[in-house]
Formats: sequence, structure tokens, C-alpha cells
Amino acid sequence: MRDVSIIGIGQTPVGEHWEKSLKELAADAISSAIKDAQVERVDSLYVGNMCSGTLNGQEHLGALISDWVGLRGVEAVKIEAACGSGAAALRLGYIAVAGELADFVVVAGVEKMTDRPGEQVTAALAMASDGDFEAQNGLSFVALNALLMRRYMHEYGVRHGDFAPFAINAHKNAVSNPCALFPHAVTAEDFRTAKMIADPVNLLDSSPVCDGAAAVVLCPTALARSFNARPVRIRASSSATDSIALHDRRDLLGLEAAGLSATKAYSQAKVTPRDIDLFELHDAFTIMSVLSLEACGFAERGRGVRLGAEGDIALGGRIPITTMGGLKARGHPVGATGIYQVIEVALQLREQAGANQVRDARLGMAQNIGGSGATVVTTILEAVE
Amino acid sequence: MNVMKPHRDVGIVGYGAYVPRYRLPGSEISRMWDGQQGCMPPVKEKSVPGLDEDVATMCLEAARNALKRAAIDPLRIRAVWVGSESHPYAVKPTSTIVAEAIGAVPHTLAADWQFACKAGTEAMQAALGFVGSGMADYALALGMDTAQGRPRDALEYTAGAGGAAFLVGPAEESVAVLEGSTSYVTDTADFWRRQHEHYPAHAGRFTGEPGYFRHVLAAASEIMAALGRKPADYAHVIFHQPNTKFPRKAGRELGFKREQLEAGLLVNEIGNTYAGAAMIGLTSVLDVAQPGERVLMVSFGSGAGSDGFDLRVTDAIDTRRTYALSTLDYVARRHEIDYATYARHREKIRME
Amino acid sequence: MEIARHWRLQRHRYSLVGEMCNRCGEKIFPARDVCPQCNAPAKTPFTFSGKGEVYSYSTVHHPPEGFEHFAPYVVALVRLVEGPLVAAQLTDVEGEKIEIGMPVEMVTRKLRDDGSKGTIVYGYKFRPVIVSRTPLGAKDAAL
Repeated sequence: MRDVSIIGIGQTPVGEHWEKSLKELAADAISSAIKDAQVERVDSLYVGNMCSGTLNGQEHLGALISDWVGLRGVEAVKIEAACGSGAAALRLGYIAVAGELADFVVVAGVEKMTDRPGEQVTAALAMASDGDFEAQNGLSFVALNALLMRRYMHEYGVRHGDFAPFAINAHKNAVSNPCALFPHAVTAEDFRTAKMIADPVNLLDSSPVCDGAAAVVLCPTALARSFNARPVRIRASSSATDSIALHDRRDLLGLEAAGLSATKAYSQAKVTPRDIDLFELHDAFTIMSVLSLEACGFAERGRGVRLGAEGDIALGGRIPITTMGGLKARGHPVGATGIYQVIEVALQLREQAGANQVRDARLGMAQNIGGSGATVVTTILEAVE
Repeated sequence: MNVMKPHRDVGIVGYGAYVPRYRLPGSEISRMWDGQQGCMPPVKEKSVPGLDEDVATMCLEAARNALKRAAIDPLRIRAVWVGSESHPYAVKPTSTIVAEAIGAVPHTLAADWQFACKAGTEAMQAALGFVGSGMADYALALGMDTAQGRPRDALEYTAGAGGAAFLVGPAEESVAVLEGSTSYVTDTADFWRRQHEHYPAHAGRFTGEPGYFRHVLAAASEIMAALGRKPADYAHVIFHQPNTKFPRKAGRELGFKREQLEAGLLVNEIGNTYAGAAMIGLTSVLDVAQPGERVLMVSFGSGAGSDGFDLRVTDAIDTRRTYALSTLDYVARRHEIDYATYARHREKIRME
Repeated sequence: MEIARHWRLQRHRYSLVGEMCNRCGEKIFPARDVCPQCNAPAKTPFTFSGKGEVYSYSTVHHPPEGFEHFAPYVVALVRLVEGPLVAAQLTDVEGEKIEIGMPVEMVTRKLRDDGSKGTIVYGYKFRPVIVSRTPLGAKDAAL
């Protein structure tokens, strides 16, 4: 198995791209990633996307986007794993290069959500859950997270306000990210008075509906140096699953797939959580941040929420998270998110994170979650010296 | 001889009621249409179905209550018959939904009955005959409605939601045995709803004497005459109850005392539940009746006709009635709503 | 319209029919044909009592398409007395204080319809247990 590195990154600003279609957004990100990598050959294109069928009336994204971006002829497919589609595509790109089936692979994530009215987007996102026994009973995706949050608050005696630091931290970090959807700070008071979506989850607990595309170029680490001065090596790539439905979980608040996927990644990279310098976690909702931190070994069960109050999650803290704004403030174009996360870790490791630079960042982790925790892909990245 | 009785003795093996929890006070309707000085409403309040309720879901709960009391295997039920004027579908039976959900399928008959407020007792007559003939041991008859009253119409005050289920079976298993029944029907258009119309229309005061009273009084006096009974023989009497005035007047004219009507008179609290009205009155009576007591129930359906039933309560009533919620439990479960919420519940607000 | 899909599910939806494992006795809902505890094949139908308690809950203010008619509505995870968790709506709860641990019982209600021309989908929801307030009392028969 070959060692794999990222040699190019490209991302569009996350936003409401009224002027751009799904394929145009994807092409923007792919073109800049290819330009960044300075490769002249691409063997395969993997596209992470969740909702193109329901929200854009378009499937078959592999062929559509490869042709549109000038890669007609290459192998190209869409990969879908709900909100985890981006990292799931990355994992397949990784497998292709590591397994010596391809040398130069482009992995893109793209989502175009603003073309449809809210209740259609809500219905599309609910497809990440158990269609027959969650979505068809009227449970929205937000509601599933609300059920987790309420139970967490109940079991550990936590108040809703205790989650505020996660939203505040994300927004603060988004201020200096030119690609962020919400580059503005929020306060604890904003959090307290935010509009309710599905109680206890309010607007500032939740990541926004938006458009965006991001892409990376992978190649064997052995070749990486000849293309890019600062390649970023994939030290670990792992994926795990849990029951799609909350009611079928063995441990509702355990986020078992996150734990499984992280444990496999730590083992592959031969590291422990202590070695991780920053963590781009899947903060689709504040409760997800907390459960991920616990499942991945950064906090004991029931204590993850305290990392917010204690400043551990800040840029200078013990485990900085959402360093460029996270899903909350950079935005969560669902199928693209996993790639945005990896790009942000790469920027940190390449020391290109500007005002948000985590000092001496050597090892970064990204974790992309599909559904309410049913698919979890963890990637550990390392700066190549 | 106008009384009907099958050769095989039959009766009510299980009974169950259902009333939705929402109540619209009559004062709220008069506030809406007559200002604060509105006249005295014909009933105190009426029941209103929840946003997720219809005749099928309401039948199901009543049927489940009847099954709890009957304690029989639902696979032995050979007919599920639902009488209503507010079936959820114009074409597609309510009864198959009920039969499937209670586990009575597939070896059962299933049909929806339609005869204004008499549809439920019509289904009861058929069930009594069906079991009485020996073709079946058990048949389920339901009367249930979520009747719509045209806004500002007199009937808006009373058009309520609710009804009852009766599991008919052999007399030896019954909580109330049938002594005889009668039916009195003519072609009298006092109230109707044309195909595709949302609200029913009525003939005003013509609904009184030529409609309600002619049929109810005839059915009641004929069955009493045929069985040799007088009003004092009955512990309880239930009449169809479109308001409080009509059944009380019918009782008076037939020689019943006001107390004989009390246990079965629910219209003041839940409104007129149409096909369910007389039947839910009977469930309320069975909740309190003593073994050996006689009960007379007379329904009325516009169009028009009345069914009369003469029943004798058995010893089984004392234990069997405790197996499910009483009718008054549902009546007491009450969440008051205002006219705006009512308008939403009854889809009087145009959403699309 | 997904007529066949809803038809396939109606047995489970109308009256909480799941399965039980003949090897370890585990009660399973929704049906999955394999015991989640011991992995033995489990295809014996089992009808749940419908009794349970609220394990977690939320109110949906922004409903998915098809559920707008009912919003805001309450959803919950309900722990059935037989063991499994079920995701469902709570109904008849306007004005009620909902709490984790609150006893609830299954009712069958309208889940949604496909517009005024489509079919109506019925299924389980849960409501606060009705406590008998009449002297008569109400006991569930052991069927």
C-alpha cells in the first residue's frame, strides 16, 4: 500500500451562489485544486454529494462534472453518504491511490441547496435518516439532533447555555476565513435569544443551508514533492458505520461509529488523541461537536460540553476545533463539507491559516459524519517535512 | 308485529367509545358570529377532532376499547362495519383500515354504511342479524363522525366528533342481550349533503316534526308496544341527540322521566356526534347500568329513519366494563380551543 | 405517492407489530428479521403493548415537506415497556408539560397525506396516558 498525500486544494466561498449551478461550483473548486497541485494528468474523479437528485434534479455527477471541468474520459463517480459524502469520496480516492489503481485523483465535494424552498431542503436532508421509521414519522434532521441534545442535557445535568461556547468559537474563527458564510462574531446573548428550530436546538446550534464546493488532488507521497512545496500526508483514513436510526443505537449518546472510526485512525497513524494538534469536527449541531469530542477520546462521557467553557476548543486551547469556522460558521454545504474540513486542516498544516493559524500544528484530524452518526469518516493529516 | 329478533340470541359482547380531547364552547361560536350578546347556545360545548384525527383513527380507538372489553381473538370477527357521514375517503372503505389495524383481516366482511346519523345503528342491526343467523359469531359495528357544520349555521354549535363501537356476539357472552329491535324509515329529506359538497344543508324547522319526532316516536312506541313494555320498564333510554331539547322532548312525549335520559345524554358536553350520537350514549349507559336493567336506544338519521333497540343488561357488565376507559373518561379529557384553532382543525383556513 | 411502500409498512405502523427473537426473547421494533442482541434469525411477529415512556423529545417548528399541516408538532424517542426505543410523534399534548419519563401510550393517527388527491397514511403516535377520572376506573384486560 502506498503512502498518499494531498498536493492541491481548492474551495469556493460558502454562500448563496444564485449565479452558479452545481456543476459550475464544482468546476471552480476542481480547477483551483488542479492549479494548486500543478498536475497535468488526472486519472479519476470522485464527487461527494448528497442531494443533487432531490434538490437539483440531477444525478450522474461523475460524468457531468468531469466533462464540464475538462476531464472528459477519466473515471468519475458520485459518492453518497449523506453529510459524510465528502469524506467518503476522499476515502475512496485514498484507497485508489494507496492501492496503486490510480496516481492522480481529484476528490471534490459539492452541494447546491439554495435552489429549493426550505421545506423541500428539510425533507431532502431527512433522507439521511431512516426513511420508514424516522423521516416518515415527521422527524426532521434537526429534530433527531434535538432528541440527542435533550437526552444529553437530561443525563448529564447540562443547560442549553453550556453549548454556547461552541457556536461562539466557530463564529469567531470564521471572521478571518474568506470562504466562510458567516464571518461575524456572535455572543452568548445572541445564542440565548436565537430562534428555535426544534427545541432545544436553536438557530445558533445549527449549521446553515448553503452552497459550496471544495476539491483536493491526491497522489502518492513519493511523487508529491515534485508537485507541491508543502504536500500534506494522509496519515490515516478510516470509516465506520452505526445504525442509521437513533432508535436502533446500542448507546444513544455514544456515537459509536465516531469512536470506531477514530480508534481505527489512531491505530493506523500510531497516535493518540493527545498527539492531535487540531480537530475539524462535524459541528452540524453543537451537540454533535460534544458527542464527537467524547467519542474520539478528547473528553470523558458527559464532559465534552465543558471543553467549550474551559477554552480547550479555542485556537490556543488544548484541542482547537472548527478553526476556520466549522460547519456552523464557514457553512455546511452537506456533500462538500468533508472536503472543506480536510482543506482547512491542510491549510493549518501548510501554515496558511492566516490569523487562525494554530501554532506548531503538525498533526490534524478531520471527522465527517453522515446522518445522525451512521457514517463516520476520520482522516488524520500530517505536514510533510 | 314490527319487532325484529334473530332465532339465535345475540347481544353486545364488547363496547367502546371515543371522543377527541378538543372542545369548542358554544359561547366561542356566538362570540364569533353574534357578538358578545349572542343567544344561549344549544349545547355548552362540542368536541373537535385533532389535526391528525379522522373517522378511521377514531373508530380504531373505539374498536380497541370494545375488543378490550370483549376479550376475544380479533381473527374471529366476521364483519367490520363503519357507519358515518364523514368517511375520510369518498371511495375506499374506512372499515378495511379499522379491520386491518385491529387484526381482523383477512377473513372478514368490511363495509362503510351511510345513512346520516343512523348509519351506525344500521350497521348494528346488520351485525345483530349476521350473528343471529349463525353466519358469524362476532361482528363489529361502529358509528363515528367528525361532522362539519357550515360556519354561522345553527348546526355549527352542535356538529361534534366522536362515536362508539359495539362488538356483537352470542347472548351468553354478552354484557347486554338484544330483546328486539325495530326500524322505521321513510323518504324525508330534512338534511342532506350533495356529492362533492363540503357542508350539509338542512330544511330548517322541517327537521323537527316531520323528521326527528315522527321517526323517533314511532320507532320507540312500536318497539315498546311489540314487546309489551312501558317507559317505567326501562332504567335508561337513549335517543339520538342533535341538541338537548329534542331528546328531552321525545322522552317527555313518550312518558319517560328526565332521569331515565341522563346517563345517556352527552350532547351538552360533546355536541352531536351524528352517527355516533345514540351509540356513544349507550356506551355511557353501559358504564353505569346494573345487571338485569332494561335499556332502550332509539337513533335517528335524516333522510329519514330511526332504529330502536331493546336491551337487557347481564351480570357480565360489572367486570367487563372495567377493562377499558369509560365514556366519561373521554368526556372529561378536555382541552378548550378558540374559534381560530377550531377553524384550523376543521380546515376552514385556506392553506393552498 | 408511494402506495406500495406505505402498504408494506402498514402492519408495523397501524399497531406496532415488530418481531421477537425465539432464541433470546428480545423484542424487536422496527422489525429487522435478525435479533440485534444475539444475531439469530427473528421473524416471529410480536405486537407491542404500546405502553412506554418518553426518553427524549423535541418540537418541530420547521417541518419537512408533507408535514406542514401539523407543525409545530412534538416528536420523541419512546422507550417501550418491552424494551425497544421508537421514534414517533407525540399527539394530544397541546398545553401539556412534556417530560422525560412521562408515561405514554400508542394511538393510531394520520401521519400525512399526499395532498387532497392522494392517500392518507396512518401510523402510530404516542399520547400521555389517559388516567381514568371516573369512579368506575379503567383497567386493561390481560388479553
